[in-house]
Amino acid sequence: MPSLGADMDAGTVGTWLVGPGDVVQRGAIVAVVETEKSTIEVEIFEAGVIEELLVPAGDRVPVGTVLAHVGVPGGAAGDLAVPPSALRQTPRPSGPVDTGGDRIPAASGAGMVVSPVVRHLAERLGVDVHSLDGSGPGGTITRADVEGAAIRPVSPAVVAVGEPGPVAGGLGRPSPAPTHRGHPSATGVRSSPLARRMASELGVDIGVVDGSGPGGAVVEGDVRRAAPVEAQLAPRDRAPVTSGRVQGAPAGGAGSDDRQAAMRKAIGAMMARSKREIPHYYLSATIDMSRAVTWLEAVNTERPVTARLVASALLVKATARAVASVPEVNGFMVGDTFEPSTDVHVGVAVSLRTGGVIAPALHHADQLSLDELMAALRDLVNRARKGILRSSEMSDPTITVTNLGDLGVDSVFGVIYPPQVALVGFGRVAPRPWAADGMVGVRASVTATLSGDHRASDGHRGGRFLATIDHLLQRPEDL
Amino acid sequence: MNDDDARNLIRSVIGEVAPEADLDSVGPDEMLQEALDLDSIDFLNFVTGLHERTGLEIPEREYPELATLEGCVRYLTASLR
Repeated sequence: MPSLGADMDAGTVGTWLVGPGDVVQRGAIVAVVETEKSTIEVEIFEAGVIEELLVPAGDRVPVGTVLAHVGVPGGAAGDLAVPPSALRQTPRPSGPVDTGGDRIPAASGAGMVVSPVVRHLAERLGVDVHSLDGSGPGGTITRADVEGAAIRPVSPAVVAVGEPGPVAGGLGRPSPAPTHRGHPSATGVRSSPLARRMASELGVDIGVVDGSGPGGAVVEGDVRRAAPVEAQLAPRDRAPVTSGRVQGAPAGGAGSDDRQAAMRKAIGAMMARSKREIPHYYLSATIDMSRAVTWLEAVNTERPVTARLVASALLVKATARAVASVPEVNGFMVGDTFEPSTDVHVGVAVSLRTGGVIAPALHHADQLSLDELMAALRDLVNRARKGILRSSEMSDPTITVTNLGDLGVDSVFGVIYPPQVALVGFGRVAPRPWAADGMVGVRASVTATLSGDHRASDGHRGGRFLATIDHLLQRPEDL
Repeated sequence: MNDDDARNLIRSVIGEVAPEADLDSVGPDEMLQEALDLDSIDFLNFVTGLHERTGLEIPEREYPELATLEGCVRYLTASLR
């Protein structure tokens, strides 16, 4: 069970999309996991053959639980007749209490006992046995200890999906999501997770829906067509009112109130951890947005609706590129050490209308063109709202951007998502009085803020980071 | 397109863009974005939805006309007369 965010302790295997004997490619989505916050599509980071599913769909298990065994063709583990490990969690960089059971505690090495076979396995998997605490009798280091530690991408036989950390970040870019396989549900109907969710929302019995997907799988459109018209017009009307004008929950279905309470608790726990562990400092700078806004208007005039840009895309891009000048804001705290990330995966805070917030990663945001970034941003926000995200999106952010400007606030001083070290906030882009050349005029402006981790950077460097964002936004055509 | 057609169209697009939002609770002259908690990407999705259903280009400078439910109805009925 991967840790899909620092606030996750356990997850429920909603659906297996593969079964024993299935051949999987790197980046394939193998399972759907339900957490308090979202439905996460778990990607696999290594090609291989599924040997065994260890956790049945519907079971809730702690983070770190091994979900499945994957055989890697010609892999080292195959030689040893050891089931290659799969879907294993990376150790939490800051080493808090671990619920996984098979985690590796802090290094000791003293009085270490290790058999030649296990030592050999460790060598094959690139694990330093001296860094392990044995869980066997008398502190013996067992095969499981070694497998558990083999989460680094040194071994081709090992699949790591984990909490944000240099390890997870270094796993590289996930391949595009493959087509969803249908899967047999309890009713014997193959269906996609989205279709099942929609069926539950619309009150449709998925067992009677004709599937038009691959292998007769029921897909979203089939459910939509099967739903009564009134249900389509107001799919949430039958859900209990949870707050004000917003009904239901993105996850929908029964227990959405519980889920919301659990989500609030999870956010609370993570933010408390952040405030407890991270010595925050805060900076703010007001940025002239007149050039950016004028440029955006001119560009959008020439474009069809589907290709238009929003200001958020410029703000995210400028932030991602500014990282190059102040790398201390991009990466993770691992224990007491800051580990900068060479990749820039910008977590984008997306508020869920039912309450709560989720900040999935826009991968390689610094390298995307504005158009690519805009498309990726739209897709990410839409999926976050629907509650369908991928494991890498949950685990990879190296820095987070929150943009509360659409809600009308002037500025936002955010709480850093551990183990990240910085969060950039943008308020509303709006016309404001602006002094320039001895005159006061009106210009579009935005207040950018930085919440930084003093263990990784200080206010001087943070200020330089905000100044770089400002600088980049003055040349929107080059973004 | 008459007013009722326009309202149904708007309701259907909002239902896709923000299924959790309850359009019934929004007054005709309330700001849609605020009342339904739509951010700029949601709003762009809304405009895209209207565009896909009607073929209207809906240039950005005309967005202000879509700020309220009644504004949307007026805009659609006038544009699709």
